[in-house]
Amino acid sequence: MTEILIPIVTMGALGLFFAVGLAFANKRFQVRVDPRLEKVAEALPQANCGGCGFPGCQALAEAMVNGKASAESCPVGGEEVARRIAEILGVEAGEIVAKIARVHCRGTLKAARPRGDYQGIPSCRAADLLGGNKECRYGCLGLGDCVRACPFEAMAMKEDGLPVVFENKCTGCGKCVEACPRNIMELRPAAQDVLVFCRSLDRGPIARKICDNACIACGICARDFPQAVIMENFLAWIVDDTKIPAERLSDLGKCPTGAIGRIERIR
Amino acid sequence: MNLLLIFIGSVLINNFVLHYFLGICPFLGVSKKIKAAFSMGVAVTFVLVLTAVASWAINHWILIPYDLQYLQIVAFILVIASLVQFVEMFVRKTSPPLYQAMGIYLPLITVNCAIMGLALLASLKEYDFAETVVFGVGAGAGFTLAIVLMAAIREQLELADVPEAFKGAGIALVVAGIMALAFLGFSGMIK
Repeated sequence: MTEILIPIVTMGALGLFFAVGLAFANKRFQVRVDPRLEKVAEALPQANCGGCGFPGCQALAEAMVNGKASAESCPVGGEEVARRIAEILGVEAGEIVAKIARVHCRGTLKAARPRGDYQGIPSCRAADLLGGNKECRYGCLGLGDCVRACPFEAMAMKEDGLPVVFENKCTGCGKCVEACPRNIMELRPAAQDVLVFCRSLDRGPIARKICDNACIACGICARDFPQAVIMENFLAWIVDDTKIPAERLSDLGKCPTGAIGRIERIR
Repeated sequence: MNLLLIFIGSVLINNFVLHYFLGICPFLGVSKKIKAAFSMGVAVTFVLVLTAVASWAINHWILIPYDLQYLQIVAFILVIASLVQFVEMFVRKTSPPLYQAMGIYLPLITVNCAIMGLALLASLKEYDFAETVVFGVGAGAGFTLAIVLMAAIREQLELADVPEAFKGAGIALVVAGIMALAFLGFSGMIK
Protein backbone atom coordinates (compact mmCIF):
# COMPACT_ATOMS: atom_id res chain seq x y z
CA MET A 1 0.00 0.00 0.00
CA THR A 2 2.74 2.44 0.95
CA GLU A 3 4.60 1.71 -2.35
CA ILE A 4 1.78 3.35 -4.21
CA LEU A 5 0.99 6.02 -1.64
CA ILE A 6 4.47 7.50 -1.47
CA PRO A 7 4.75 8.29 -5.21
CA ILE A 8 1.20 9.62 -5.34
CA VAL A 9 1.75 11.87 -2.37
CA THR A 10 5.19 13.12 -3.44
CA MET A 11 4.19 13.78 -7.05
CA GLY A 12 0.92 15.33 -5.94
CA ALA A 13 2.72 17.56 -3.48
CA LEU A 14 5.29 18.54 -6.13
CA GLY A 15 2.55 19.35 -8.62
CA LEU A 16 0.58 21.31 -6.07
CA PHE A 17 3.68 23.20 -5.00
CA PHE A 18 4.48 24.27 -8.57
CA ALA A 19 0.86 25.05 -9.36
CA VAL A 20 0.53 27.35 -6.37
CA GLY A 21 3.93 28.89 -7.16
CA LEU A 22 2.97 29.60 -10.75
CA ALA A 23 -0.44 30.95 -9.82
CA PHE A 24 1.18 33.28 -7.32
CA ALA A 25 3.86 34.33 -9.82
CA ASN A 26 1.19 34.98 -12.43
CA LYS A 27 -0.48 37.48 -10.11
CA ARG A 28 2.76 38.94 -8.83
CA PHE A 29 4.41 39.37 -12.23
CA GLN A 30 1.35 40.33 -14.21
CA VAL A 31 2.09 42.65 -17.11
CA ARG A 32 -0.72 45.00 -17.96
CA VAL A 33 -1.35 45.31 -21.68
CA ASP A 34 -3.21 48.29 -23.06
CA PRO A 35 -6.78 47.00 -23.46
CA ARG A 36 -7.17 49.11 -26.60
CA LEU A 37 -4.43 47.09 -28.29
CA GLU A 38 -6.58 43.98 -28.48
CA LYS A 39 -9.58 45.90 -29.78
CA VAL A 40 -7.58 47.70 -32.46
CA ALA A 41 -5.97 44.43 -33.56
CA GLU A 42 -9.44 42.91 -33.83
CA ALA A 43 -10.69 45.78 -35.98
CA LEU A 44 -7.84 45.35 -38.47
CA PRO A 45 -8.34 42.94 -41.39
CA GLN A 46 -5.68 40.49 -40.09
CA ALA A 47 -4.48 39.84 -43.63
CA ASN A 48 -0.88 40.64 -42.51
CA CYS A 49 -0.13 41.93 -45.99
CA GLY A 50 2.27 44.65 -44.80
CA GLY A 51 0.65 47.23 -47.03
CA CYS A 52 0.85 49.77 -44.21
CA GLY A 53 4.63 49.42 -43.94
CA PHE A 54 4.54 47.59 -40.61
CA PRO A 55 5.40 43.88 -40.33
CA GLY A 56 1.81 42.76 -39.89
CA CYS A 57 -1.48 43.79 -38.33
CA GLN A 58 -0.31 43.28 -34.72
CA ALA A 59 2.64 45.63 -35.23
CA LEU A 60 0.40 48.25 -36.82
CA ALA A 61 -2.05 47.97 -33.92
CA GLU A 62 0.81 48.58 -31.47
CA ALA A 63 1.99 51.59 -33.47
CA MET A 64 -1.56 52.97 -33.58
CA VAL A 65 -2.04 52.63 -29.84
CA ASN A 66 1.34 54.27 -29.21
CA GLY A 67 0.38 57.12 -31.52
CA LYS A 68 3.11 56.27 -34.01
CA ALA A 69 0.63 55.54 -36.79
CA SER A 70 -2.61 57.31 -37.58
CA ALA A 71 -5.97 55.56 -37.43
CA GLU A 72 -6.27 55.49 -41.22
CA SER A 73 -2.90 53.80 -41.79
CA CYS A 74 -4.43 50.55 -43.01
CA PRO A 75 -4.85 50.83 -46.79
CA VAL A 76 -6.74 47.55 -46.94
CA GLY A 77 -9.43 48.23 -44.37
CA GLY A 78 -10.35 51.58 -45.87
CA GLU A 79 -12.79 54.02 -44.39
CA GLU A 80 -14.83 51.54 -42.39
CA VAL A 81 -11.85 50.17 -40.45
CA ALA A 82 -10.34 53.63 -39.98
CA ARG A 83 -13.58 54.87 -38.42
CA ARG A 84 -13.83 51.92 -36.04
CA ILE A 85 -10.22 52.32 -34.93
CA ALA A 86 -10.58 56.06 -34.50
CA GLU A 87 -13.57 55.33 -32.29
CA ILE A 88 -11.56 52.91 -30.11
CA LEU A 89 -8.64 55.32 -29.81
CA GLY A 90 -10.88 58.34 -29.37
CA VAL A 91 -9.35 60.33 -32.22
CA GLU A 92 -10.74 61.84 -35.39
CA ALA A 93 -10.30 59.72 -38.48
CA GLY A 94 -8.74 61.62 -41.33
CA GLU A 95 -10.34 61.42 -44.73
CA ILE A 96 -9.01 58.58 -46.77
CA VAL A 97 -9.52 57.94 -50.42
CA ALA A 98 -9.99 54.32 -51.42
CA LYS A 99 -7.33 53.39 -53.92
CA ILE A 100 -7.12 50.65 -56.47
CA ALA A 101 -4.20 49.28 -58.45
CA ARG A 102 -4.36 50.09 -62.16
CA VAL A 103 -2.49 48.62 -65.11
CA HIS A 104 -0.89 51.44 -67.09
CA CYS A 105 -0.08 49.61 -70.31
CA ARG A 106 -2.01 48.40 -73.29
CA GLY A 107 0.91 46.73 -75.02
CA THR A 108 -0.83 43.43 -75.68
CA LEU A 109 0.93 40.59 -77.48
CA LYS A 110 -0.78 41.82 -80.64
CA ALA A 111 -0.19 45.55 -80.22
CA ALA A 112 3.46 45.61 -79.10
CA ARG A 113 6.33 44.47 -81.33
CA PRO A 114 8.20 41.54 -79.77
CA ARG A 115 11.94 41.64 -79.27
CA GLY A 116 13.53 38.22 -79.55
CA ASP A 117 12.11 35.20 -77.78
CA TYR A 118 12.63 35.36 -74.02
CA GLN A 119 13.21 31.87 -72.59
CA GLY A 120 14.74 32.79 -69.24
CA ILE A 121 13.41 32.74 -65.69
CA PRO A 122 9.66 33.40 -65.92
CA SER A 123 9.72 36.56 -63.83
CA CYS A 124 9.37 40.19 -64.88
CA ARG A 125 12.27 41.22 -62.69
CA ALA A 126 14.62 38.79 -64.43
CA ALA A 127 13.33 39.63 -67.89
CA ASP A 128 13.72 43.33 -67.20
CA LEU A 129 17.44 42.86 -66.56
CA LEU A 130 17.81 41.57 -70.13
CA GLY A 131 15.76 44.42 -71.53
CA GLY A 132 12.52 42.52 -71.75
CA ASN A 133 10.65 40.69 -74.45
CA LYS A 134 9.19 43.72 -76.23
CA GLU A 135 10.74 46.50 -78.28
CA CYS A 136 9.13 48.93 -75.83
CA ARG A 137 11.42 49.45 -72.85
CA TYR A 138 8.58 50.85 -70.74
CA GLY A 139 5.81 48.34 -71.35
CA CYS A 140 4.38 45.45 -69.37
CA LEU A 141 6.62 42.36 -69.54
CA GLY A 142 3.62 40.09 -69.14
CA LEU A 143 5.28 37.48 -66.90
CA GLY A 144 2.97 38.08 -63.96
CA ASP A 145 5.14 39.24 -61.03
CA CYS A 146 2.23 41.43 -59.98
CA VAL A 147 -0.27 38.55 -60.11
CA ARG A 148 1.98 36.40 -57.91
CA ALA A 149 2.59 39.29 -55.49
CA CYS A 150 -1.13 39.91 -54.95
CA PRO A 151 -2.16 38.54 -51.51
CA PHE A 152 -5.87 38.90 -52.27
CA GLU A 153 -6.14 37.02 -55.59
CA ALA A 154 -7.34 40.25 -57.12
CA MET A 155 -5.20 39.95 -60.24
CA ALA A 156 -5.01 37.60 -63.18
CA MET A 157 -3.10 37.31 -66.43
CA LYS A 158 -5.25 37.77 -69.54
CA GLU A 159 -4.65 35.85 -72.74
CA ASP A 160 -3.55 39.03 -74.48
CA GLY A 161 -0.48 39.15 -72.22
CA LEU A 162 -1.57 41.88 -69.80
CA PRO A 163 -2.72 41.60 -66.18
CA VAL A 164 -6.15 42.66 -65.00
CA VAL A 165 -7.25 43.90 -61.59
CA PHE A 166 -10.60 42.77 -60.20
CA GLU A 167 -11.93 45.89 -58.58
CA ASN A 168 -14.09 44.23 -55.97
CA LYS A 169 -11.12 42.20 -54.70
CA CYS A 170 -8.39 44.83 -54.93
CA THR A 171 -7.73 46.40 -51.54
CA GLY A 172 -5.08 48.86 -52.65
CA CYS A 173 -2.30 47.30 -50.57
CA GLY A 174 0.29 48.16 -53.20
CA LYS A 175 2.11 44.81 -53.35
CA CYS A 176 1.82 44.72 -57.14
CA VAL A 177 3.20 48.26 -57.38
CA GLU A 178 6.31 47.09 -55.53
CA ALA A 179 6.61 43.93 -57.59
CA CYS A 180 6.46 45.58 -61.00
CA PRO A 181 9.96 46.45 -62.24
CA ARG A 182 8.56 48.90 -64.80
CA ASN A 183 6.08 50.87 -62.70
CA ILE A 184 3.16 49.75 -64.83
CA MET A 185 1.11 49.23 -61.68
CA GLU A 186 0.10 52.30 -59.75
CA LEU A 187 -2.45 53.03 -57.04
CA ARG A 188 -5.17 55.38 -58.23
CA PRO A 189 -8.28 56.68 -56.49
CA ALA A 190 -10.99 54.11 -57.12
CA ALA A 191 -13.35 56.79 -58.38
CA GLN A 192 -10.98 57.93 -61.12
CA ASP A 193 -11.70 56.03 -64.30
CA VAL A 194 -9.91 58.10 -66.95
CA LEU A 195 -6.33 56.93 -67.27
CA VAL A 196 -3.33 57.08 -69.58
CA PHE A 197 -2.55 53.49 -70.42
CA CYS A 198 1.06 54.02 -71.37
CA ARG A 199 4.39 54.61 -69.65
CA SER A 200 6.53 55.06 -72.75
CA LEU A 201 8.90 58.01 -72.74
CA ASP A 202 9.95 57.31 -76.33
CA ARG A 203 9.43 60.02 -78.93
CA GLY A 204 6.23 59.78 -80.92
CA PRO A 205 7.58 58.21 -84.13
CA ILE A 206 9.52 55.55 -82.23
CA ALA A 207 6.65 54.81 -79.85
CA ARG A 208 4.26 54.48 -82.79
CA LYS A 209 6.58 52.05 -84.56
CA ILE A 210 6.96 49.63 -81.66
CA CYS A 211 3.45 49.63 -80.18
CA ASP A 212 0.01 50.21 -81.67
CA ASN A 213 -1.42 51.48 -78.37
CA ALA A 214 1.44 53.72 -77.21
CA CYS A 215 1.08 57.37 -76.30
CA ILE A 216 2.75 59.15 -79.21
CA ALA A 217 2.69 62.56 -77.55
CA CYS A 218 0.51 64.13 -80.25
CA GLY A 219 -1.00 66.42 -77.63
CA ILE A 220 -4.64 66.26 -78.72
CA CYS A 221 -5.86 65.37 -75.21
CA ALA A 222 -3.73 68.07 -73.62
CA ARG A 223 -5.23 70.65 -76.03
CA ASP A 224 -8.79 69.47 -75.43
CA PHE A 225 -8.48 69.39 -71.64
CA PRO A 226 -5.70 71.80 -70.70
CA GLN A 227 -6.62 71.75 -67.02
CA ALA A 228 -6.83 67.98 -66.78
CA VAL A 229 -4.01 66.63 -68.93
CA ILE A 230 -0.44 67.79 -69.41
CA MET A 231 2.18 66.56 -71.85
CA GLU A 232 5.61 65.85 -70.43
CA ASN A 233 8.53 63.68 -71.56
CA PHE A 234 6.53 62.56 -74.61
CA LEU A 235 3.78 61.17 -72.43
CA ALA A 236 0.37 62.44 -71.40
CA TRP A 237 -0.23 62.69 -67.64
CA ILE A 238 -3.58 63.21 -65.97
CA VAL A 239 -3.22 65.82 -63.26
CA ASP A 240 -6.89 66.26 -62.36
CA ASP A 241 -9.49 63.96 -63.80
CA THR A 242 -12.36 65.96 -62.31
CA LYS A 243 -11.70 68.59 -64.98
CA ILE A 244 -12.94 66.17 -67.63
CA PRO A 245 -16.73 66.58 -67.57
CA ALA A 246 -18.82 63.51 -68.30
CA GLU A 247 -20.48 65.00 -71.39
CA ARG A 248 -17.11 65.60 -73.02
CA LEU A 249 -15.70 62.16 -72.31
CA SER A 250 -16.26 61.14 -75.92
CA ASP A 251 -13.61 63.69 -76.95
CA LEU A 252 -11.04 61.28 -75.53
CA GLY A 253 -11.90 59.04 -78.46
CA LYS A 254 -9.88 61.43 -80.63
CA CYS A 255 -6.72 59.79 -79.27
CA PRO A 256 -5.24 58.13 -82.35
CA THR A 257 -3.86 55.15 -80.44
CA GLY A 258 -6.37 54.79 -77.62
CA ALA A 259 -3.66 55.37 -75.02
CA ILE A 260 -5.97 57.59 -72.96
CA GLY A 261 -9.52 56.70 -72.08
CA ARG A 262 -11.93 55.30 -69.56
CA ILE A 263 -11.02 52.05 -67.92
CA GLU A 264 -13.28 49.10 -68.38
CA ARG A 265 -14.34 48.20 -64.85
CA ILE A 266 -13.75 44.51 -64.22
CA ARG A 267 -15.19 42.86 -61.15
CA MET B 1 40.46 18.24 -14.22
CA ASN B 2 37.37 16.11 -14.18
CA LEU B 3 35.15 19.19 -14.62
CA LEU B 4 37.21 20.36 -17.60
CA LEU B 5 36.91 16.89 -19.16
CA ILE B 6 33.13 16.95 -18.71
CA PHE B 7 32.94 20.42 -20.25
CA ILE B 8 35.05 19.64 -23.32
CA GLY B 9 33.39 16.27 -23.61
CA SER B 10 29.91 17.74 -23.76
CA VAL B 11 30.89 20.57 -26.12
CA LEU B 12 32.85 18.62 -28.72
CA ILE B 13 32.79 14.87 -28.27
CA ASN B 14 29.37 14.07 -26.89
CA ASN B 15 27.79 17.11 -28.53
CA PHE B 16 24.07 17.01 -27.79
CA VAL B 17 23.03 17.71 -31.35
CA LEU B 18 25.69 15.93 -33.33
CA HIS B 19 26.36 12.93 -31.09
CA TYR B 20 23.16 12.24 -29.15
CA PHE B 21 20.91 13.73 -31.86
CA LEU B 22 18.94 15.62 -29.23
CA GLY B 23 17.36 18.99 -29.98
CA ILE B 24 17.30 18.42 -33.73
CA CYS B 25 14.03 20.34 -33.98
CA PRO B 26 15.37 23.83 -33.14
CA PHE B 27 18.67 22.85 -34.77
CA LEU B 28 16.91 22.61 -38.14
CA GLY B 29 14.12 25.08 -37.44
CA VAL B 30 16.00 28.14 -36.21
CA SER B 31 19.23 27.81 -38.18
CA LYS B 32 18.45 29.98 -41.17
CA LYS B 33 20.11 33.13 -39.82
CA ILE B 34 23.21 33.30 -37.64
CA LYS B 35 21.74 35.96 -35.36
CA ALA B 36 18.55 34.04 -34.61
CA ALA B 37 20.57 30.85 -34.21
CA PHE B 38 22.81 32.49 -31.63
CA SER B 39 19.81 33.81 -29.67
CA MET B 40 18.37 30.32 -29.70
CA GLY B 41 21.69 28.90 -28.51
CA VAL B 42 21.87 31.35 -25.62
CA ALA B 43 18.28 30.63 -24.61
CA VAL B 44 18.90 26.87 -24.72
CA THR B 45 22.08 27.23 -22.66
CA PHE B 46 20.19 29.25 -20.08
CA VAL B 47 17.42 26.68 -19.79
CA LEU B 48 19.93 23.80 -19.74
CA VAL B 49 21.82 25.23 -16.79
CA LEU B 50 18.56 25.94 -14.97
CA THR B 51 17.43 22.41 -15.65
CA ALA B 52 20.70 20.95 -14.47
CA VAL B 53 20.34 22.68 -11.10
CA ALA B 54 16.64 21.89 -10.66
CA SER B 55 16.80 18.28 -11.77
CA TRP B 56 19.77 17.59 -9.52
CA ALA B 57 17.90 19.05 -6.57
CA ILE B 58 14.75 17.06 -7.30
CA ASN B 59 16.71 13.90 -7.91
CA HIS B 60 18.85 14.08 -4.79
CA TRP B 61 16.41 15.55 -2.31
CA ILE B 62 13.17 13.90 -3.31
CA LEU B 63 13.49 11.01 -5.75
CA ILE B 64 16.49 9.18 -4.30
CA PRO B 65 15.53 9.45 -0.59
CA TYR B 66 12.07 8.05 -1.31
CA ASP B 67 13.36 5.47 -3.81
CA LEU B 68 11.32 6.97 -6.64
CA GLN B 69 13.87 7.07 -9.48
CA TYR B 70 11.36 5.37 -11.79
CA LEU B 71 9.37 8.62 -11.69
CA GLN B 72 12.33 10.61 -13.01
CA ILE B 73 10.82 11.40 -16.41
CA VAL B 74 7.52 12.66 -15.02
CA ALA B 75 9.15 14.61 -12.23
CA PHE B 76 11.71 16.24 -14.53
CA ILE B 77 9.06 17.29 -17.04
CA LEU B 78 7.03 18.82 -14.25
CA VAL B 79 9.97 20.72 -12.82
CA ILE B 80 11.36 21.94 -16.15
CA ALA B 81 7.99 23.11 -17.48
CA SER B 82 7.12 24.99 -14.30
CA LEU B 83 10.55 26.56 -14.01
CA VAL B 84 10.64 27.80 -17.58
CA GLN B 85 7.14 29.20 -17.19
CA PHE B 86 8.20 30.99 -14.07
CA VAL B 87 11.36 32.36 -15.64
CA GLU B 88 9.35 33.60 -18.62
CA MET B 89 6.97 35.50 -16.35
CA PHE B 90 9.84 36.86 -14.31
CA VAL B 91 11.80 38.07 -17.34
CA ARG B 92 8.69 39.57 -18.91
CA LYS B 93 8.08 41.65 -15.83
CA THR B 94 11.59 42.66 -14.95
CA SER B 95 13.35 43.03 -18.29
CA PRO B 96 11.19 43.68 -21.37
CA PRO B 97 14.21 43.96 -23.74
CA LEU B 98 15.48 40.54 -22.67
CA TYR B 99 11.96 39.16 -23.04
CA GLN B 100 11.77 40.61 -26.54
CA ALA B 101 15.11 39.07 -27.41
CA MET B 102 14.43 35.52 -26.29
CA GLY B 103 10.75 35.53 -25.40
CA ILE B 104 9.72 33.60 -28.47
CA TYR B 105 12.36 30.94 -27.97
CA LEU B 106 11.81 30.23 -24.29
CA PRO B 107 8.45 28.42 -24.56
CA LEU B 108 9.77 26.52 -27.57
CA ILE B 109 12.61 25.05 -25.55
CA THR B 110 10.55 23.93 -22.57
CA VAL B 111 9.54 20.67 -24.14
CA ASN B 112 12.74 20.09 -26.06
CA CYS B 113 14.34 16.66 -25.79
CA ALA B 114 17.81 18.14 -25.26
CA ILE B 115 16.62 19.53 -21.91
CA MET B 116 15.11 16.22 -20.87
CA GLY B 117 18.18 14.40 -22.17
CA LEU B 118 20.45 16.51 -20.01
CA ALA B 119 18.47 15.79 -16.84
CA LEU B 120 18.36 12.05 -17.52
CA LEU B 121 21.98 11.74 -18.66
CA ALA B 122 23.25 13.66 -15.64
CA SER B 123 21.44 11.33 -13.27
CA LEU B 124 22.49 8.25 -15.28
CA LYS B 125 26.15 9.26 -15.04
CA GLU B 126 25.68 9.99 -11.32
CA TYR B 127 27.29 13.41 -11.49
CA ASP B 128 27.52 15.47 -8.31
CA PHE B 129 26.18 19.01 -8.20
CA ALA B 130 29.20 20.83 -9.67
CA GLU B 131 29.60 18.24 -12.39
CA THR B 132 25.93 18.51 -13.33
CA VAL B 133 26.14 22.28 -13.68
CA VAL B 134 29.30 22.08 -15.80
CA PHE B 135 27.63 19.38 -17.88
CA GLY B 136 24.69 21.75 -18.47
CA VAL B 137 26.92 24.67 -19.45
CA GLY B 138 28.92 22.42 -21.78
CA ALA B 139 25.82 20.98 -23.38
CA GLY B 140 24.50 24.50 -23.98
CA ALA B 141 27.80 25.68 -25.44
CA GLY B 142 27.89 22.61 -27.66
CA PHE B 143 24.36 23.26 -28.88
CA THR B 144 25.17 26.92 -29.56
CA LEU B 145 28.32 25.94 -31.43
CA ALA B 146 26.47 23.41 -33.57
CA ILE B 147 23.49 25.65 -34.40
CA VAL B 148 25.64 28.70 -35.23
CA LEU B 149 27.89 26.60 -37.48
CA MET B 150 24.80 25.17 -39.13
CA ALA B 151 23.31 28.64 -39.65
CA ALA B 152 26.56 29.90 -41.18
CA ILE B 153 26.57 26.99 -43.62
CA ARG B 154 22.91 27.47 -44.48
CA GLU B 155 23.39 31.19 -45.13
CA GLN B 156 25.99 30.21 -47.72
CA LEU B 157 23.72 27.46 -49.04
CA GLU B 158 21.10 30.07 -49.91
CA LEU B 159 23.42 31.22 -52.66
CA ALA B 160 24.48 27.76 -53.80
CA ASP B 161 23.00 25.96 -56.76
CA VAL B 162 21.25 23.13 -54.90
CA PRO B 163 19.46 20.49 -57.00
CA GLU B 164 15.69 20.92 -56.90
CA ALA B 165 15.08 17.64 -55.03
CA PHE B 166 17.49 18.55 -52.20
CA LYS B 167 16.24 22.07 -51.53
CA GLY B 168 15.10 22.99 -48.02
CA ALA B 169 14.99 20.25 -45.43
CA GLY B 170 16.83 17.73 -47.64
CA ILE B 171 20.09 19.60 -47.94
CA ALA B 172 19.83 20.71 -44.29
CA LEU B 173 19.73 17.08 -43.15
CA VAL B 174 22.63 16.17 -45.45
CA VAL B 175 24.66 19.04 -44.00
CA ALA B 176 23.76 17.96 -40.45
CA GLY B 177 24.92 14.43 -41.23
CA ILE B 178 28.25 15.60 -42.61
CA MET B 179 28.73 17.85 -39.57
CA ALA B 180 28.05 14.87 -37.29
CA LEU B 181 30.71 12.90 -39.17
CA ALA B 182 33.18 15.77 -38.74
CA PHE B 183 32.49 15.94 -35.01
CA LEU B 184 33.07 12.19 -34.81
CA GLY B 185 36.71 13.09 -35.41
CA PHE B 186 36.88 14.57 -31.90
CA SER B 187 36.12 11.24 -30.26
CA GLY B 188 39.79 10.30 -30.19
CA MET B 189 40.60 13.30 -27.99
CA ILE B 190 39.61 11.73 -24.68
CA LYS B 191 40.28 8.11 -23.92
